[in-house]
Amino acid sequence: MLSDQIRADFPILTRQVHGKPLVYLDNAATTQKPQAVIDAIVHFYSHYNSNVHRGVHQLSQEATDAFEAVRTQLQGHLNAAHVHEVIFTKGTTDSLNLVAHGFRSLLQPGDEIIVSQLEHHSNLVPWHMLAERTGALLRYIPMNGQGELDQSVYESLLNARTKVVAFNHISNALGTINPVKEMAAKAHAVGAAVVVDGAQALPHAAVDVQDLDVDFYSGSAHKMYGPTGVGLLYGKTEWLEKLPPYQGGGEMIQDVEMTSSTYAGLPHKFEAGTPNIEAVIAWGAALTWMQQVGVANIQAHEDELLAYGTALLEAIPGVKIYGKAQQKAAVLSFNVTGVHPYDVGTLLDQMGIAVRTGQHCTQPIMDCFGVPGTIRASLAAYTSKEDLDHLARALERAIALLA
Amino acid sequence: MESIAAREADIIEEFSFFEDWMEKYEHIIALGKELAPMSEAHKVDDNKIKGCQSQVWVHAQDSGEGIAFEADSDAIITRGMVALLLRVVQGQTPAAIAQYDFSFLEKIGLTAHLSPSRANGLLSMVKQIRLYGVAFQAKRG
Repeated sequence: MLSDQIRADFPILTRQVHGKPLVYLDNAATTQKPQAVIDAIVHFYSHYNSNVHRGVHQLSQEATDAFEAVRTQLQGHLNAAHVHEVIFTKGTTDSLNLVAHGFRSLLQPGDEIIVSQLEHHSNLVPWHMLAERTGALLRYIPMNGQGELDQSVYESLLNARTKVVAFNHISNALGTINPVKEMAAKAHAVGAAVVVDGAQALPHAAVDVQDLDVDFYSGSAHKMYGPTGVGLLYGKTEWLEKLPPYQGGGEMIQDVEMTSSTYAGLPHKFEAGTPNIEAVIAWGAALTWMQQVGVANIQAHEDELLAYGTALLEAIPGVKIYGKAQQKAAVLSFNVTGVHPYDVGTLLDQMGIAVRTGQHCTQPIMDCFGVPGTIRASLAAYTSKEDLDHLARALERAIALLA
Repeated sequence: MESIAAREADIIEEFSFFEDWMEKYEHIIALGKELAPMSEAHKVDDNKIKGCQSQVWVHAQDSGEGIAFEADSDAIITRGMVALLLRVVQGQTPAAIAQYDFSFLEKIGLTAHLSPSRANGLLSMVKQIRLYGVAFQAKRG
C-alpha cells in the first residue's frame, strides 16, 4: 500500500500517546508534515533567512527566488493561467475574508449571495458580514439526507440579482465532493462570481482551476502536508483587478505620498506586509512531496481506505455514519446511538487515537442531522488499514465502556 | 459534615486502586450514572457552562448551612467529572468553596483535563463552582 512506502517520511507517526502508538485520524483539521517540509524550514533559517522582494543583497535575492518559485509551483499545481493569479494569504479563512471584503464595494442592497448548507463557518460568516454591510440577501442551498447539495434548489435560487455563489469543493464535516464545474457554469449563466473553498480538496485531488472555471479558489498549506499560517487565493485576473486591496501597508503599494497612495499590481496588491516566508518555502517542499508521491495515487489510496473504513464502522452495532454522498472523499463522520460524541472521543484519545469530535465548525449541518456533533475520522496519504483497524477495535472498547 | 480535606482523601484513595485508564474511566462513567438528577427547572441557559463540547449545567443554592449544588450534562464522562467535583463541595460553606483549589484532581491524574485547550470544560466548571462560593459569601456578608 501507498502508506507503507511513505509513512517513514513522517517522523511524528512513530510517537506514542498515552503509552500507545499514535493513530492520527484528524487530517481534515491538519495533516502531519514530511521530513522534507521540516528540513525546508530549518534550511531557510540556517542558510538564507532574509526579507523578500526588497533587498539588493544576496540573501534577499535567494529568499525572493525561493519564495516566488513556490508561487510558480502553485500555479502549475492548480493550472492557473497566470502566476500573478496566485495570492499568498494566511490560510483559507483569510482568503475567503479577502474576497468577501472586496465585494463590499461591488454589491448593492437587494443583491443576492448564495452559500450552501455544507459550508464551514469560514465560508459562511464572511458572507454574513458582507450581507450585513451591504444590504445584500443571503440564500442557501440545502443538502439532502446523504449530505449532497440539492441541485434543483440551487438552480431555482439563481437569478439576475445573484452576484456571488460560494461553496466548498469537499465538505470538511461529511466528505461530500460537490460538482464544482457544473455549479460554476450555472452561476456564470446569470453572471455571478464563483468562490470555492478548496481547503479539503487540495490534499485529496488534482484541482484544475481553469477546467473547473471558478473565479476564486482557496486553500491552506497545513492541510496539504505543509506548514500552518499560509494559504492561497487563486483568482481570475479580471476579478482580482476588480477587487480593492484588503489591507494596506508595505509591499502592496506602488507610490506613497503623505495623503494618498497608488497600489501595486497583482499579486502584490493583496500581499501587504512581510509574508510568512518560511512557510511559503516549506509549502514548496510539501508540493514537491505530493507531486513525487502523485496526487492520483493519494486519491486512489484514500478512496480504498474510505471504503474499507466505512465497512468496518458499519459492522459495529450502534454506529451511524453521516454523509453518504455518491461522490465522497476521505472523511468518516459518525456517532454511536445514545452516546455523546465527546465521550467517544475522550476514550479513543486514551487509546492513542486522534479524532475530532464536535461540530467541525459546521453548525448548520449538525442542526440538520439533529445531533450535537459527530466523531470524525479523516484520512491522509499515510493512513493505513491498520490505523482503521485500531479505530474500529478502540471504538468497540469505548462502546462497551459507555454502554 | 465531612471536611473538604476528608472527602478529597476518600477520592484519592478510591482512585489509587485503579491500575489503568480504563478502570479510571469506568469509575468516572459510573459516577456520572449515579449523579442525582437535576431539576428540569434549573436546566436553563443561565446555568449552562461555557466552553464545553457537551452541555453542562450547574445550579447552586445557599441553604444557610452550606451550598446545595445540582448538575447535569448530556455527555456521561462530563457528568462523571462534575459528579466528582460536587462530591467534594456539596454542602460546604461559601467561604470554603470560594478558596478551594480542587488540588485532588492532580492527585488522581485528571489535571490534563484542566488544561484550557481541553474542550471538556472541567476548568470552566471549577471556576463556576468557585464563583458560586464567592457570590454566596458576599451575599452572607
